[in-house]
Amino acid sequence: MLKIIKRDDVSKRQSILIRFMAIALSLVFSGVFILILGYNPIEVFGNMVIGALGTEMRIKETIIKAIPLIITSLGILVAFKMKFWNIGGEGQIIMGAFAATYIALNYADDFSRPVVLILMMLAAMITGGIWAFIPAFFKVKFGTNETIFTLMMNYIALKWVTYLQYGPWKDPNSQGFPKVANFEVNAVLPSLFGIHIGWIIAILLTVLIYIFMNYTKRGYEITVVGESIDTAKYAGMNIKAIVITAMLISGGLCGLTGMIQASAIERTLTVSLSGGYGFTAIITTWLSNLKAPFVLLTSLAFAVLLQGGSYIQIAMQVPSSVADMIQGMILFFVLGSEFFIRYTIALKTKEVA
Amino acid sequence: MWTAFLFAAIIAGTPLLFATLGELITEKSGNLNLGVEGMMLMGAIMGFSVGIWTGSPVMAMVGAILAGAGGALIFAVLTVSLRANQVVTGLALTIFGTGFASFMGKDYVGMVTPPAIKSFFHAVELPFLSDIPYLGPILFKHDVFVYFGYVSILVASIYLYKTRRGLNLRAVGENAAAADASGIPVTLYKYIHIIVGGALCGLGGAYLSLVTIPVWQEGVTSGRGWIAVALVIFASWNPTKAMLGAFLFGGLDILGFRLQSQGIPVSQYLIDMLPYVATVVVLILSTKNNKKENRPPQDLGVPYFREER
Repeated sequence: MLKIIKRDDVSKRQSILIRFMAIALSLVFSGVFILILGYNPIEVFGNMVIGALGTEMRIKETIIKAIPLIITSLGILVAFKMKFWNIGGEGQIIMGAFAATYIALNYADDFSRPVVLILMMLAAMITGGIWAFIPAFFKVKFGTNETIFTLMMNYIALKWVTYLQYGPWKDPNSQGFPKVANFEVNAVLPSLFGIHIGWIIAILLTVLIYIFMNYTKRGYEITVVGESIDTAKYAGMNIKAIVITAMLISGGLCGLTGMIQASAIERTLTVSLSGGYGFTAIITTWLSNLKAPFVLLTSLAFAVLLQGGSYIQIAMQVPSSVADMIQGMILFFVLGSEFFIRYTIALKTKEVA
Repeated sequence: MWTAFLFAAIIAGTPLLFATLGELITEKSGNLNLGVEGMMLMGAIMGFSVGIWTGSPVMAMVGAILAGAGGALIFAVLTVSLRANQVVTGLALTIFGTGFASFMGKDYVGMVTPPAIKSFFHAVELPFLSDIPYLGPILFKHDVFVYFGYVSILVASIYLYKTRRGLNLRAVGENAAAADASGIPVTLYKYIHIIVGGALCGLGGAYLSLVTIPVWQEGVTSGRGWIAVALVIFASWNPTKAMLGAFLFGGLDILGFRLQSQGIPVSQYLIDMLPYVATVVVLILSTKNNKKENRPPQDLGVPYFREER
């Protein structure tokens, strides 16, 4: 007979090894799946890597895709650490973009470029924060389920921006085409080394969140609330205040992603601007084991997957949704592998009397 | 006019009915599966593609059931046997299901349900029942899929509250350790009900792709899976209330279209927000007045592991 034993002697190396094995296994599994679908998996994976990292241009594209993933993941990390399941990243991104666009369309000429950009960032972070604050408020007040609440806020944000794009914010100069006016140069993020400066923001934020979670009182409190609400209560922590601040940070970071995407990528407001980053970030955050430095790694890896996914669509006519399925598959395997980090299976031997 | 509106609300609410019932049964076993949206999409595409492929409505429904059940099986293995985090596993299932449906459906975009299936799901007036004043024309002039929904609710109610197995199931969801001690096979109960729940979600998706919107389009569910999760809370884990909730939300779903056809000038996009706003309101209200009989199964979301008791 087999029996399951809890292990408490897992070293850091072992647990990282198990995770890597899970990811490798998921790729093998995805490969078999791709094979069943009638494509050559080695060719598909090979082309994905070439498509993401083959030329300097493509590497830049990959980094541009990693930037929103990193910042959104950091936001989601803060919430998940508290076991607050913020899956409203998409909505918070969209609302952030909405606020940034409001500033860009109305005040771009009134101030110098740095001031306009900082105003856009602040507006985006505040609005994204508010979008996360609403579910957090009801969570602490009535214990409302935050998962569904944050998700519904995604749809509300999406419909709101659709309404603006097709209605009041439709650019009168676009010959009837439903789009919001393009930003002026003053509202567009500048570039450094050929990539918009979002990459500097992403690295800075990774360091900041790392320090916040590990070396500040509030960061520690967030971790305690996540581990056990009872412990937090017993220690006399103000749980409501902790939840609210964590969600303001979480939503604020997602909102900032929205500003960066609107300003540097789209240069306008569109409904498709969030591009599923709010959901992909959930995977990258979980894979990082809720640690800020690892977010950089997992986000870059997934940016390769996304960029490679869109490349194989053009190069091999393989739909990019294959990349979505691989994402789900990787997450399944990693979730399953955590069992083997916590437990070990041993043969049940007869006990000697 | 009211009759026509309510009649249409039932059709729009039927996918929600199946999905809500599926999630309700899953949650009764103590597992919170947030992959409803993914399972619905898997059911929607499998139902549609098998329908195109075989032209058989029964095979299409079987395909949808298998797809939903398959998604739920992944969830069950991960959360019951491997004790993975239920929330994240459910999300992973939704992400996977969305990719799966968009991939499998790439060649079907814009295709129409085959005529054999369309005619199979034509409205059938039930004798006698459809003659009931007011209610008859609203409730009993539908296609067989809708009637199957009514029957499912009835069967689920009897099963949950009037049979030994239903009692056992509720015991598993309330207190798995106690159920285990009294000799109920906890793991088996969880597996069966998670899988049956997934199969119902798959059917809900198939109703969307085969009957409500009989043309394949990507993301047909547009968040209905999540609304179903909220409706379970709204229904306070009661199948009959789940049915009412599903039809209520079906009504909200078609309200915008109806208002516009009445010449009332409202923005389609703002009206489209209504079901989601209503879900939020329902969520707040149903958690606010937290009566004892309305609360969730006690062990919901808590993994059970005998060795760790």
